Amino acid sequence: MDDLLSEFIAETRDTLEALSGEVIAWEADPDDRARLDSIFRFVHTVKGSCGFLDLPRFERLSHAAEDVLSELRAGERKADAALVSAVLAIIDRIGELAEALDSGEPHADGDDAALIAALHADAATTAAVAPNAAAAPGAIRAPTRSIRIPLEQLDRMMSGVSDMVLARNELSRRLREIPEAPGVEGAFERLSACVAEMRDSITRTRMQRIDKLFAALPRMVRDVSGEVGKQVDLEIDGSDVELDREMIELMRDPLTHIVRNAIDHGIETPDERRRLGKPAAGRLTVSARQSGNQIVIDIMDDGRGIDEDKLVNRAIAAGLIGEDTADALPAQARVALIFEPGLSTADSVSAISGRGVGMDVVKSNIERIGGAIDIDNRPRIGLHLTIRVPLTLTIIAALTVTAGNQGFAIPRSAIDEIVHDSNETIRIDSVGSATIVTIRGRALPLVNLEEVLGMGRPQVMRGRTLVVVRAASGCSYALAVAAVHDHEELVIKPASPAIMATGAYAGKSLPDSGIPMLLLDVGGLAALAGVGADEAGLNPPAAAPVEADAAADVVPTLLFRDFDGIQRGIRLSVVERLEDVSGEQIRFAAGRMRIAVDGRILPLAGCDAMTDRRVLKILRLNDGAAELAYAIDDVIDIVALPAMFERAASAGPVAGVALVDGEQVELLDPHWLFADIDGAASAGEQGPLCLLMNRDDPWMREILRPLIEAAGYRVAFAGEAGSAEADVVIAPPGEGASAEPDIAAPVVRLRADRPVAHAGDDSVYRYDRAGLLAAIQATVSARRA
Amino acid sequence: MDKLYLIATIAGQGVAIRAALVDSVVEIGAVSPVPLAAPHIAGLAALRSRLLTIICSEHALGITPSGKASSRAVIVEVEGHYYGLVVGTIDDARIIEADPVPIRARLEHGWARVALGTIEFEGESLILIDPHRLIAGPEEMAA
Repeated sequence: MDDLLSEFIAETRDTLEALSGEVIAWEADPDDRARLDSIFRFVHTVKGSCGFLDLPRFERLSHAAEDVLSELRAGERKADAALVSAVLAIIDRIGELAEALDSGEPHADGDDAALIAALHADAATTAAVAPNAAAAPGAIRAPTRSIRIPLEQLDRMMSGVSDMVLARNELSRRLREIPEAPGVEGAFERLSACVAEMRDSITRTRMQRIDKLFAALPRMVRDVSGEVGKQVDLEIDGSDVELDREMIELMRDPLTHIVRNAIDHGIETPDERRRLGKPAAGRLTVSARQSGNQIVIDIMDDGRGIDEDKLVNRAIAAGLIGEDTADALPAQARVALIFEPGLSTADSVSAISGRGVGMDVVKSNIERIGGAIDIDNRPRIGLHLTIRVPLTLTIIAALTVTAGNQGFAIPRSAIDEIVHDSNETIRIDSVGSATIVTIRGRALPLVNLEEVLGMGRPQVMRGRTLVVVRAASGCSYALAVAAVHDHEELVIKPASPAIMATGAYAGKSLPDSGIPMLLLDVGGLAALAGVGADEAGLNPPAAAPVEADAAADVVPTLLFRDFDGIQRGIRLSVVERLEDVSGEQIRFAAGRMRIAVDGRILPLAGCDAMTDRRVLKILRLNDGAAELAYAIDDVIDIVALPAMFERAASAGPVAGVALVDGEQVELLDPHWLFADIDGAASAGEQGPLCLLMNRDDPWMREILRPLIEAAGYRVAFAGEAGSAEADVVIAPPGEGASAEPDIAAPVVRLRADRPVAHAGDDSVYRYDRAGLLAAIQATVSARRA
Repeated sequence: MDKLYLIATIAGQGVAIRAALVDSVVEIGAVSPVPLAAPHIAGLAALRSRLLTIICSEHALGITPSGKASSRAVIVEVEGHYYGLVVGTIDDARIIEADPVPIRARLEHGWARVALGTIEFEGESLILIDPHRLIAGPEEMAA
């Protein structure tokens, strides 16, 4: 009897899960016979089984619903919104009863009669019986040909396979010690292959289609949008992506929260949307895709986005940031404030969201499972959240290190970079009892792993490796270890409470070596070492000082093949991301190449003519304020190049040339690229007038002029404007004030040679771009003052 | 099964543990220490692919460990985690018909905390210990 009952509960649960999408589709089209039939079948099955199992409440409910549904099937009644809601209410109650039956608790709310009455009432009187989808039944499996296996069973199989791997390693060590026997090698190879395959397929049994997570969304979107009086079209994509079962369960709450937020706060009411010229129904897209060993889930809406000013003001009011830092906050950091605890832009707490559980909880939940969340806010246009989670919970990519003669693992996802302390570009200073390491202008607290773990001071303080890690709270620090070994995929198991109590570890693992290893918790270590949040998440990263010893400095540079087939490079820091776009998104419009991407139009550089390519790659460049796209053929590599390189012969899109593996590679000048779009955008404004002395000099006309214009000055040539109107006059070499005594404006004089010619010469070398612009600026402001 | 006990010694004292609580008895290999963990946590050891948290029973009782560490461990599962309790010697699993009796004498060190009673076996008084309390270690007592 017990077996029958649990089978009934499981089956009801499964069918309910599969049915929830059907019900919504049926509501959209009440005449859809196929949908109606499958709902009827469900109710009918429940009625049949519960009569047999003696469950009178189930029977009454399913019987009533079946009656109405058969009337619909026979065409005696027409389905309307009220009727659909009433049927849904019954189905929900059946689900609740099944859950109550499973947990063995009596289901208190026994007013089934009202639900049944609603089935027969007129549309007008049934509004009171709104379906309540809050108690969504737990997910077990899709109704496919399958059997149910407890997770513990899978875990046992998994550890059995791990045992096999270890036994194989042991055997392999032993085999190497004995003289070779014919055939043994081959047999061992076969065994190895089988073990590897076994490990793979067991790992895959833990995987489940993300459909499990998405199936509940249509119903939830329907209910939530109904509650707040909004219309939402939901689009789901990538349901067949597979994810670790446990991960799916852990993703459920964050995803639910984000979707509810999007409907409650993001999408506007139909009236408001009409006024804004948007379609009355909001659009919500949830999609999943696999990218390497990560699953990427995108949640996009076309609502009002996040009001960043309001958010910043709340952050100031809450004392999270100072007013002065708020002004300097880059756009990305402003939006990221949404992840700070206790901040929300919601004016009032509604029933749907804003119950004190905020995006900070979502973020920390996602980070707890080794994931990350990114936010792309476009005020008035919509919000795009991107969640990245590892494929499985149990296997993580880790870096193994040694400290105090013991091995430890650090999750790869927390590591920014690895540097050796002998590297000339880093500096280690002691500040009181603390140690600060400066890596390319970025100052980070230095933590010796041995010391934080209480293993005493490391014996050798030099020749150590620094692993720059990022704790979940956004604070980065350098973790010094004796040596770095290897990247390994480790099967991580939870450590026992006594070990977790230290706060230093995230789990334990048994690598192929057979020696147990602890996985470090970089956040916990930061707390233990007293490394506070460095406000990196809140403060704009301090501008790297202009190094005097720039020769020793290196800059990460993205190498790519340009549209014309030439290898070029660009500083990685200005590249926001790399994207594949369709050639159709590119148009020559309003005087330049432009690309439509993410619902916006960006200036496109790097290709001067229309392309017939169907797919191309673009680099999204961002200078903190403006954005532009640069079309490329393909990415080659990321390399570290010296900050100093051979300057270009003239200013232009190419800043200079550097040597990469013996090849000359042109480096793009991001300054020029942005100046180019900026200049075009703000042409004709009243900048200071800069008079160039000699129109006939091609250097003045073709090289100097664009530079000065790009810097925001108006340019006139001698003869076009009198020197009295000009704010500054630029004179070429050799033409002194004596030659034209009637110049009424201050003069910046250029010289052709780099070295200073003689004492008292205040001329500026004509390719000293910075010096030239500084001289012009100084002259103009002196004159205007 | 109720009457089956595992008989061992900790710091020379004969102890009994209910066999129902014991997973297995093994010789453990190398133990990797866990820095920062409580003193009675000796570290981690691998038993095939299973990772054991090794508990030094003497430390857990507040006794200064005597001589070199033993490698015999009693494996106990608590809430999904496996622990290896390092003990001195392990006799065997025996059926003891006598019921355990409450302790009337005053026990020293941490014994009082882990002892459930005493049980007579072949003319010797064994302390019946609760492995869970042993795992919790001396810090639990202070809390």
